[in-house]
Amino acid sequence: MSETPKTILDIRNLDISFKTNAGVVHAIRGVNLDLCKGETVAIVGESGSGKSVTMKATMGLLDSNAVVNSGEILYTYTDDSGNEKTVDLLKLPKKELRQNFNGKRIAMVFQDPMTSLDPTMTIGKQVMEGMLLHKNMDKAAAKARALELLNLVGITDAEKRFKNYPHQLSGGMRQRVVIAIALSSDPDILICDEPTTALDVTIQARILELIMELQKKMKLSVIYITHDLGVVAKVADYVDVMYAGKIVEVGNVNEIFYDPKHPYTWGLLSAMPDLDTDDARLYSIPGSPPNLLHEPTGDAFAARNQFALAIDEKADPPLFQVSRTHFAATWLLHPDAPKVEMPPELIARIARAQKEVEKYL
Amino acid sequence: MTKYVLKRIGLAVLTLFIITLVLFLLVRIMPGNPFPSERMSAEQIALKRQEMGLDDPVVVQFFRYIVNLFHGDFGKGTSLYYGAPITTVLTTCISNSFKIGGIAIVLGSLVGLVLGITAALHKGRFLDGLCTVLSILGVCVPSYVFLIFLQYTFSFKIPFFPYFFDPSRFLFSSVIPAISLSLFTMSTIARFTRNEMVEVFDSDYVRLAESKGMYGRSLVMKHVLRNALIPIVTVLAPLVVDLLTGALVVEKIYGINGIGKLMVDAIAGEGIDYNYVLALGILYSALYIGIMLIVDLLYGVLDPRIRVSAKGGDD
Repeated sequence: MSETPKTILDIRNLDISFKTNAGVVHAIRGVNLDLCKGETVAIVGESGSGKSVTMKATMGLLDSNAVVNSGEILYTYTDDSGNEKTVDLLKLPKKELRQNFNGKRIAMVFQDPMTSLDPTMTIGKQVMEGMLLHKNMDKAAAKARALELLNLVGITDAEKRFKNYPHQLSGGMRQRVVIAIALSSDPDILICDEPTTALDVTIQARILELIMELQKKMKLSVIYITHDLGVVAKVADYVDVMYAGKIVEVGNVNEIFYDPKHPYTWGLLSAMPDLDTDDARLYSIPGSPPNLLHEPTGDAFAARNQFALAIDEKADPPLFQVSRTHFAATWLLHPDAPKVEMPPELIARIARAQKEVEKYL
Repeated sequence: MTKYVLKRIGLAVLTLFIITLVLFLLVRIMPGNPFPSERMSAEQIALKRQEMGLDDPVVVQFFRYIVNLFHGDFGKGTSLYYGAPITTVLTTCISNSFKIGGIAIVLGSLVGLVLGITAALHKGRFLDGLCTVLSILGVCVPSYVFLIFLQYTFSFKIPFFPYFFDPSRFLFSSVIPAISLSLFTMSTIARFTRNEMVEVFDSDYVRLAESKGMYGRSLVMKHVLRNALIPIVTVLAPLVVDLLTGALVVEKIYGINGIGKLMVDAIAGEGIDYNYVLALGILYSALYIGIMLIVDLLYGVLDPRIRVSAKGGDD
């Protein structure tokens, strides 16, 4: 690491609630997140932990019943005349956000390729649309570029596919089109919201490799939202573990996989199916995430945590620093806390994984 | 596609033939006398029956009727209009009903679309509520009640529009019945448009379009409207048939010489006029089948998922 990479997206103290008929749901409770240029950050967590909401806030795609209580999403970019600028995406008017940022600088790939393309428009037109909006291209140039992109994302016969409608393509092909759309205006940041969840396992790997390859080629910074730790291990530089609207542990990928500190991360790692584990039962974290309609006092994970301390019931733990890049929000890291080791099965599993890795070094 | 169209047309013709057969038999079974018996003696009626071939076996009568149909001849009335050829009478009535119905459809769909789109764009706010109330009102209040209200207000209290239909001032005297008739269409289209649009607004592909940087008018025009309007075509079809075939009560009240009024007269006149009932039944069915056919074909044109069959991907 010769120089510290520049932070291009800095989410600070984000706090969002949703007004529903049942009451106010406090979905995001103070999220901090950094993304540096050229790096990949993965946000991991169970359904409903607030991963997607955080990214929707970044894209200005929050539902109308969402209220941003506080926080800022600072985005640093080089504008058209070459000056470096930082804006708070949350403060921008919708129109400005759509005109100058969405698609143009920050693009998104959605979870379900079966529903994320307009069924009544040819895929070619859908790829061209972004370029016509942001790039001042004429139709012919946009078409040429669209064909190039379709080839780039691995669509064979792009010329013919150009005139196809989404229903004529398979799921994997459609996701490639969605990726081509996201890349069409040369964005800085690509947000992938569970890009492979809806796809066959065999196609998952290909799509991930495609995104990684494009990331290198186009110097993208990528944010993955996922609950699949396999995906994280494959693609991420840094990992943010989210639970009940908060980031409970953050670190680089080695720190999270080999030296996790938060009991929730232990649970997530233990819950990964593994051929070598002796136990025939699949491990799962007991209980279910709290209902944020009634916000828990203290640590939101305490009720499901076998290592919970008395203080967990009363006060929410702050982020304790483990290393320069590694932080975890658990009272177990407090100097006064009793020494608690992660479960022995997990220790054994991590040791096995490390040995496996060493074999290839 | 051509094969599909031909098949559909063939099926339509077959359906119409079966309907004609059933109607023909039903009319014969129907109680009542085709001739105004108070004004005709038994001998006259017997003579008339013979002249019209009503004493022949039903099968013979049916095939004679079908052959005449192919020549565009619906026969003659038994009691209405003193036996003038039905085709002539029908032409005038159809022209009146279609013109007024047509105005009502255009008016109803346009206003309905505007109301629906406005409501969807202001979802959950005041205008949405207002449009919803208006469209519920339009569905609940029968068109003839509205007609009487308009007649009372704008012909009687403020004598601006004519009190009854007047063919010599066609457009002017169509205003009141056309507005009354358009209300149901307007409300139905408004509610449907709103719901479809709200659904499309919530869809993943609109999220994707927004993430591309589309917003406002171009987002609505390019991605929302087209997807929302496709299903509306199916609702429009039965509404069109209803309006074109004339509103029985509205035409009767406003004195419009249309097919709705003709139907009422044919049944409720001095004798039940077999041939008119039959001719109108066939006309209604033909319209319905025809418009449904057009809608199905139009649906294919509008929706690429039907027009272009899937060729499958290779991933």
